[in-house]
Amino acid sequence: MSQLVFDPSKVMDIDYTKRTEYLDQLEALRAGMRTVKEVPFQPSLPDKGYTNRTLYVNVGSLEVTEKPVTQQMKDVFIGGRGFGLYHLWNAVKPTTRWNDPENEIVISPGPVAGMTQYAGTGKSLVVSLSPQTDIPIDSNVGGFYGPLLKFSGFDALELQGKAEKDIILFIDGVKGLIRVEEVAGGPEDSHVLAELLTHLYAEGEKDLPNVSVVSTGAAAAHSLIGMLNFSFYDRRRKCVRFKQAGRGGIGTVFRDKRIRALVVRGPKVAGDLNHPVDPETIAKTGIKYHKEIRENDGGQCMMRRNGTAHIVEIMDAYDLLPVHNFQYGSHPEVHKIDSSYWQQRCTQHTVDGCWYGCSMACAKGADGLVLKTGPYKGDMVTVDGPEYENAAGLGSNCGVFDPDYLLELNFYCDTYGICTITYGTLTAFVMECYQRGILNKERTGGLEMTWGNAEADLEMMHRMARGEGFGKIAGLGVKKMKEYFIQQGWGDPQLINDIGMENKGLEYSQYMSKESLAQQGGYALTNKGPQHDEAWLIFMDMVNKQIPTFEDKAEALYYFPLFRTWFGLNGFCKLPWNDVVPANNSEQPEAHKVPEHVQNYVDLFSATTGVKIDKEDLIMQSARVYNFQRVFNIRMGKGLRLHDAAPYRSLGPVTKEEYESRAERYDQQIITEMGLDPAGKSTEEKMAMHRKWRTDRFSKLMDSVYTRRGWTLDGVPTLARLQELGLDAFPEVVDVVKQHL
Amino acid sequence: MILVNEEPLNWHAGMTVRDILRVRNYRFPMLVIHVNDVLVAKADYDTTTVPDGAVVKVIHLISGG
Repeated sequence: MSQLVFDPSKVMDIDYTKRTEYLDQLEALRAGMRTVKEVPFQPSLPDKGYTNRTLYVNVGSLEVTEKPVTQQMKDVFIGGRGFGLYHLWNAVKPTTRWNDPENEIVISPGPVAGMTQYAGTGKSLVVSLSPQTDIPIDSNVGGFYGPLLKFSGFDALELQGKAEKDIILFIDGVKGLIRVEEVAGGPEDSHVLAELLTHLYAEGEKDLPNVSVVSTGAAAAHSLIGMLNFSFYDRRRKCVRFKQAGRGGIGTVFRDKRIRALVVRGPKVAGDLNHPVDPETIAKTGIKYHKEIRENDGGQCMMRRNGTAHIVEIMDAYDLLPVHNFQYGSHPEVHKIDSSYWQQRCTQHTVDGCWYGCSMACAKGADGLVLKTGPYKGDMVTVDGPEYENAAGLGSNCGVFDPDYLLELNFYCDTYGICTITYGTLTAFVMECYQRGILNKERTGGLEMTWGNAEADLEMMHRMARGEGFGKIAGLGVKKMKEYFIQQGWGDPQLINDIGMENKGLEYSQYMSKESLAQQGGYALTNKGPQHDEAWLIFMDMVNKQIPTFEDKAEALYYFPLFRTWFGLNGFCKLPWNDVVPANNSEQPEAHKVPEHVQNYVDLFSATTGVKIDKEDLIMQSARVYNFQRVFNIRMGKGLRLHDAAPYRSLGPVTKEEYESRAERYDQQIITEMGLDPAGKSTEEKMAMHRKWRTDRFSKLMDSVYTRRGWTLDGVPTLARLQELGLDAFPEVVDVVKQHL
Repeated sequence: MILVNEEPLNWHAGMTVRDILRVRNYRFPMLVIHVNDVLVAKADYDTTTVPDGAVVKVIHLISGG
């Protein structure tokens, strides 16, 4: 065990203020804009975290309406993801699909969002019907848009309808104006568009940090995996940077509505804008936490130096880093893209937070990258990240270990509006299909999609952004690619289904779950699909052996998804919860829950809203929204046991190579776990034994988890559970469930 | 022989907590370690020896995601 030590002398000498600028396109953009609607409103600041109204905009009819936030909304849905799901439920019918005009995109920051005294408090949740899953997707995102929206006067923004021409929705929270502007021509890609719009709507240089832009990019118009970029102005770099609402294709919905961008101009941010009931507790809790970061981060995760990429080498060491489409868990070339490299490559002369007051400051940036390909070839850019998910998904999972290419893939994903997690997993699938002859050069339109071929990888992405050829097919995502390949007769359907890493239509994020049954559930038994933000249980399960029984795993899959849901109701980032811990955390009971931090969250919520809660109330708040979302899925024709099925690659070894690469482990499991003897058995026979054992235990896990969650064995929340949560107050919710009991 | 997270590990005289982390390639920095139910402080990993037959728990805090 060796702890990485930061050596400032090794940091590359890159001028972080230098990059290609695009402001010469500003006048052309302005010339193509025309105001089609302007509505005044009364700007207001929150009271106890809430502004008590939301904004509805129909981009088709140009209706602009304010709606009150009711006490019931606050009590049951809290804010953020809860408000998003509440509004979306009321907007759509069971027959609504992602590209129907009634589908909405709802952005809501939550009552605590915008606090500046604690770390990780600038998050918004974005909710919509997903083009990939046909059920609600929620995506948690930093950047300034959500908090500035709230400080302009709105707890949520509902976007409905479809515009006939591209529009920009501008909310001026200082002057009290909502303006819809048509835009003809001008850039689509985020790094250009957001730079221009930030300068266009800011009133002078000092105002730049008060403007935030939500945008996507060219690929969102031609794929189902479009992502949204939420901007924040980096004062030290003097440039616009982004955090991403990546999962589930919300960027695609955005472009389908012909929204080019959302822009908010808010008031100058100060520490008391939420008007909390107890600012002293907030200040005290914040000071304690900042001290903890300052004193402990250097000896723990080093988030301030490495960001989330600090776990690349750790995942590799534990055989958990996805390599070659989740076949393997480690690779000898990982050192080229692990945090010892990113620590030198990312700028370390500046503090990188995506909201004010975040002392964790993990939004690292790699400056000075000169692009080798694509429409911006030769430009010098700043790349946000790389985050762990990007290094693992775009890197090891596709066999790309050249850090410059990895950064370029990361950059183009961002500016084209492509979810990096989804792109990494779908490209890994394409590469494995290429390896196994399911795809070939003819079928990919000449792209040689071999492991590690970053040039072909980038070219596929450029084609996706242009809506051309195989790039367009890849942009459908793994689920629809599987269906297409099978329909074309290009390979064994079972193999294609086994290796395509999606559940509910959403691609897996970048962790190996084969050796952690609890994590298999943490991915598949989710509301929106396999994203690790519900539960990350691999260490507890596989390494620590803390949750050996089905009941133990079910308890973890009850508590952690609910605990983590709560961040998204309130506007918190998950990372400050457990990517640093108090020095005496190890002395606490249930140290893995980081109890002092849980108490911090309880205190921050109570001190902001005046609603006194405890740790149990926190879980109940989440449980209401979580179960509401499950019922929402059922209402949309999904959300049952069969929709929680997992691809076999996430449960166990699909291929002979996979089995034989870890034969000692798998053979041993036949003896110790199955009580059988592998001697004399062929690899194929042993793989079949594993398949039966692994799928059986996953099914048993489902039973245990559903029971613990208060659901039927078909995954439907029971009436008793709805009553316990107070959701029986919503007759429509009860009606949905009754049809399945 | 000792048990580390429920799995057997060969023991040798003078074996320290740090040795266990090295052998098991436990590189994660946020650990809670108990040897026979006694908490070992991070500062003592190099100097705390582990007796034969010990039950060692190396709890990795969650991180990830």
